[in-house]
Amino acid sequence: MPLRDFRIPEFDAPEVQLPTGELAHETTIVSMGPQHPSTHGVLRLMLKLDGESVLQVVPVIGYLHRGTEKIAEKRSYAMIVPYTDRLDYISSMYMNLGYVRAVEGLLGIEAPPRARVIRTILGELQRIASHLVWLGTFGLDLGAWTAFIYCFRERELILDLFEQICGARLTYNAIRIGGIVADLPAGWEDGLRAYLTAQEQGLRDYEGLLTGNPVFRARIEGIGVISAADALNWGLSGPSLRGSGSTFDLRKDDPYECYGEVDFHVATADSGDCLGRYEVRIQEMHESLSIIRQLLPRLQEPGEVQTKVPRVLKPPAGEFYAHVEAPRGIFGVYVVSDGSANPVRVRFRSPSFANLSALNTMCAGMKLADVVAILGSIDIVLGEVDR
Amino acid sequence: MLELLRQALIIIGVLAVPFLIASGLTWGERRLLALFQDRYGPNRVGPGGVLQVAADMFKILMKEDWTPPFADRPVFVLAPAIIIIATLSSFAVLTFAPGIAVADLNIGLLFFLAMSSMAVYSVVLAGWASNNKYALLGSLRAVGQMLSYEVFMGLSLMGVVIQAGSFSLGTITRAQQHLWFCVPQVVGFVVFTIAGLAETRRIPFDLPEAESELVAGYHTEYSGLKFAMFFLGEYVGITLIAALVTALFLGGWWGPVLPPLVWFLLKTLVVIAFFILVRAALPRLRFDQLMEFGWKLMLPLSLLNLLVTGAVVLWQEGLRF
Repeated sequence: MPLRDFRIPEFDAPEVQLPTGELAHETTIVSMGPQHPSTHGVLRLMLKLDGESVLQVVPVIGYLHRGTEKIAEKRSYAMIVPYTDRLDYISSMYMNLGYVRAVEGLLGIEAPPRARVIRTILGELQRIASHLVWLGTFGLDLGAWTAFIYCFRERELILDLFEQICGARLTYNAIRIGGIVADLPAGWEDGLRAYLTAQEQGLRDYEGLLTGNPVFRARIEGIGVISAADALNWGLSGPSLRGSGSTFDLRKDDPYECYGEVDFHVATADSGDCLGRYEVRIQEMHESLSIIRQLLPRLQEPGEVQTKVPRVLKPPAGEFYAHVEAPRGIFGVYVVSDGSANPVRVRFRSPSFANLSALNTMCAGMKLADVVAILGSIDIVLGEVDR
Repeated sequence: MLELLRQALIIIGVLAVPFLIASGLTWGERRLLALFQDRYGPNRVGPGGVLQVAADMFKILMKEDWTPPFADRPVFVLAPAIIIIATLSSFAVLTFAPGIAVADLNIGLLFFLAMSSMAVYSVVLAGWASNNKYALLGSLRAVGQMLSYEVFMGLSLMGVVIQAGSFSLGTITRAQQHLWFCVPQVVGFVVFTIAGLAETRRIPFDLPEAESELVAGYHTEYSGLKFAMFFLGEYVGITLIAALVTALFLGGWWGPVLPPLVWFLLKTLVVIAFFILVRAALPRLRFDQLMEFGWKLMLPLSLLNLLVTGAVVLWQEGLRF
C-alpha cells in the first residue's frame, strides 16, 4: 500500500453546502497543528475554510504512536501496567484499572474488598482530576484563563493524594494485578476529607466564573450539535455521548469494583452541543464527590489490599475482554493468552479515538473558533488516540 | 526661553511616561492577573518583581530578529513602527493637567480618532506582509473588528462633545468641574469603554490574536524587537484608552487634595486595572458574535444616546433664550 501523502490531505467527505445566494468564494486550506496551542497535544487538523466558515475538518493522527500494543506482546503481564499509564496520561489510574481487570479476568482472580473500595475512590478522584484538566483547557480554548488556574489549584490536591499512595503524580502504576500497590498511608483519609471540602468550594468557583457567563454560554450553546443516534453510530461514549441524551454509563450498566454498591445518578444533557457536554462533566464531578463520600466509612474496615498472585503470571490459554467507564468513555482491554508469560495480543479500545472520529460531523457549518471549542468539548488525549 | 524649556520637558514627559507605564504594565498586568487568579505572578526579579520589566526587555532585545524569507520585507518592517507612532502621537492632544499638554488642539478628539484608524493599518499590513495563513486570518478579523468598532467609538464621544461644546480635550475636561461626564453620559461611557477594549484588541475582543485559534494572529511571524513593538504598542494603546476614558468621562485632573497630575494618573491606572480585571473574568467572543454585538447593539445605542443628548441640550438652551 502506498504511503499516504499528508501534505495534500484527501478531502473526500461530502462537502457542506453553504446557503445559496452568496458571493463566489475561494477556499483556504489551513493545517492546524501538530504544533498548535489548542489541539491538545500533537493532533493535526486539516481545515478547509471559506473565510471563517469551516467546510471540512480532517484529523491527521499518529504523531504520538508508540506501538504500545505491539510492545505489550514482548512484556510480561505485570510489566505492561506502566505502559497503560502512558495511554491516557490525564487519567492513568483508569488506564491501569482497565488493563488490570482484563488480566484478573483472565486469571480468574479478584481483588480483596478493601482494594476494591480504594480502587473505586482512586478511580473517582481520577475522574475529577481528568475533568478538571478538561474544564481548565476548555476554558482556555475559549479565552477564559482564570478558570484554568482554579481547576489546576484543586487538581494539585488530588495529585498530592495520589503521590502519597504511589509516589507518582502523573503515571501512577498504582493499580496492580490482584490489588493495589500499597495500603493507604496514615492520615490519608484526613487529606481526602480536606480535599473534598476544598473541591466543593472549587466547583462553586468554576461555575460562578463560567456557567452563567453570557459570553461563555454564547460561545458553546448550540455549537457542535450531535444527535444521540449519530453519537451512537460514531461509537461515542462517556460524557460526549451522555451530552446527547443517552444514559449509557458502564458504572451503572455493567458495574465493576464497588460501583454496584453506591448510589449515584448518571449525568445527562439533552442538547447534544458543547454546553450539554459541559453540563454533563460538571454534574459528573458532583456525582464523583458523592460516590467518594459514600465510600469513606468503608475505608475504616481493615483488610488486605493484595491477593496472592504467583511471581510469574502464566494465565491459562484463552481470551478476556474487560471494559471500564474511563473519564472519556469506554476504555476496553482485550487480552489473549496462550498460557505463556507474555500475552499473545493486547488490544486497547480507546474512547478518545472514537470520539475524535465524529469531529467532522460536529463541525459542519461552524466557524473556525467553534472547531477549537468542539475539539475541547469532546476532550481527547492524544496518547490514547495514537497509542 | 523658560517657556520653551517647559514645552520641551512636557513633550519629553508625554513621550516617556506612556512608555514607562506601558512597560510597567507588562509586569503589572501579570501581577494583577495573578492576584485575581490566586497565584503569585513574576515576583523574583527585584522588589516584588518590578525588575521583571528590565529582564524581559533585555531578553527580547537579545532575541534573533528574524524576517521570514517569504515575507514582504519593507512592509513587514514598517508595520510595527506604525502602531507605536499612531498610538503615541494620540497622547499629544491629551491635557493631563491645566497647562500640561503638548498641543491642546481644537480638534483633539478627531485627531485621536484619525490616529486610531491609522493603527489599523499596522495590524493589516503586518498580517498581509507575513504571508502566513494564521496572520492573514488574524488581520482579516482585525480589519473587520476595528473598522466597525471605530464607527460607534466616534459616535459614543459625540454626546460628550455636544455637552462640552468642543472637540478639545482640555475644554472637555474643564467642563467636568462640577459633574463628571460619566454620569450624564453613562451610555457613552460604557460604549466607549467597550469600543476601547475592542480597539486595543483585549479580551473579550482579542480575536485578531486569539492564541487558541490563530496561534498569535497577525504577529505570528514576528520576533525580537519587532514583536516587542507590537507587544508594547498594545500596552501603550491600553494606556491611551484609559487616559481618554479619564479625560472624557472621569473628570480628568479634577479631584480634591492631591495635585491635578496625580489625580489624572491615578484615575488612568484604575481604568487600566479594570481592563485587566475584564481579561481575568471573560472568555473571547466569536467573530460573528462580535460583529453582531457591535452593529446591532452598540451602534443603535450610541446613536440613541447622541439623539437624546442633542435633544436635551437643545431644550436646555431653548429655556435659556
